[in-house]
Amino acid sequence: MTGGKPYDNVPGTVIFDAEMSRRGYHLNQFCMSLLKAVNRERFRANERAYLDEWAMSEEQKQAVLARDYNKMIALGGNIYFLAKIFATDGKSFQYAAALMTGMSQEDYANMMLNGGRSAENNRYKGEQSDG
Amino acid sequence: MAKITAGVATSHVPAIGAALDLGKAGDAYWKPLFDGYEFSKRWIAAEKPDVVFLVYNDHATAFSLDCIPTFAIGCAEFFQPADEGWGARPVPVVEGAPELAAHITQSVIESDFDLTIMNRMEVDHGLTVPLSLMFGQPEAWPCKVIPFAVNVVQYPPPSGRRCYNLGKAIRKAVDSYGKDLKVQIWGTGGMSHQLQGPRAGLINREFDTMFLDRLVNDADALSMMPHIDYVREAGSEGVELVMWLIMRGALDAEVEEVYRFYHVPASNTAVGHIILKNKS
Repeated sequence: MTGGKPYDNVPGTVIFDAEMSRRGYHLNQFCMSLLKAVNRERFRANERAYLDEWAMSEEQKQAVLARDYNKMIALGGNIYFLAKIFATDGKSFQYAAALMTGMSQEDYANMMLNGGRSAENNRYKGEQSDG
Repeated sequence: MAKITAGVATSHVPAIGAALDLGKAGDAYWKPLFDGYEFSKRWIAAEKPDVVFLVYNDHATAFSLDCIPTFAIGCAEFFQPADEGWGARPVPVVEGAPELAAHITQSVIESDFDLTIMNRMEVDHGLTVPLSLMFGQPEAWPCKVIPFAVNVVQYPPPSGRRCYNLGKAIRKAVDSYGKDLKVQIWGTGGMSHQLQGPRAGLINREFDTMFLDRLVNDADALSMMPHIDYVREAGSEGVELVMWLIMRGALDAEVEEVYRFYHVPASNTAVGHIILKNKS
């Protein structure tokens, strides 16, 4: 990483900037291919074989197979592209968001019903107690 | 002459479209949200705009990482609702306003905003959910639409200041169009939300209220807010709010607040909605 980006100290957040976009290009373009129903079918039929058609790193492929969205984001994935994967799985944005926070979907949904995650103590890395 | 008569802002959460399309609008979870748009539906039925200039963002639907235009104007006759991975929404095809769009394109580029011209483009929930919220579920949309896509996917999006000034250029373009048309400008996206990482679910009612207040009465200064403030206060996806400043820039300095609605949550997002009219 090049230093000095103003958003580096925002907790629990990866900003999809030009550097991340470059790193995640093939991962995100694989996701994009899932907009076509025929490709969703091919991916479902044999995920590994479908992933091998893309010039992604092995680490990126493993993260997709494990549905580890935080890992995919760390490797250059963008949430709007990654949404094509959980859409293919028949899952919602709220399912994926809960997964990334480490909460159960029920606990996450209740947090949202109660007004969401507070910005208090959640603006800068290090000011929060729970990571 | 063509005239911008009003501005509308609203969030554009995909789950709202799904709730409508699956007949869940009356469910306990969704009813308070859709109730918040009942006034707006009556208001717009009376206003009868000819054209809506609809500022929104594409969510990796029409634009992959192969091409990322900062500002893209839809000049086509029709725009098909896209399959975003769950199948296309069962909503009407969006009819464009190619003549007005071409005029705006020329005028805005001559005002130093370099637009990408889209003569073919599919539109995603970013555009169709606001139409559904304002018009319900008609057989055909009751007006023409000029889709105007802003990049907020790859950082940095355009600055709030640039968006605000772009709004002024759009206003100038519409004002110089010879045909009598009632044009509304909509800004969509926001409000506070974060969809990614351990901080997902962030909501900031205080920030959202401040943004709505200043959008009405202090927009010129609000447009100077740097991106990092949006990210820190309103979440990584809250930065979509810069699109509301395009809408605001196209209105008079002084506006009347016709209506406001705020609701948490719609899935992961704080829903904000405001209707503004020029006082003159």
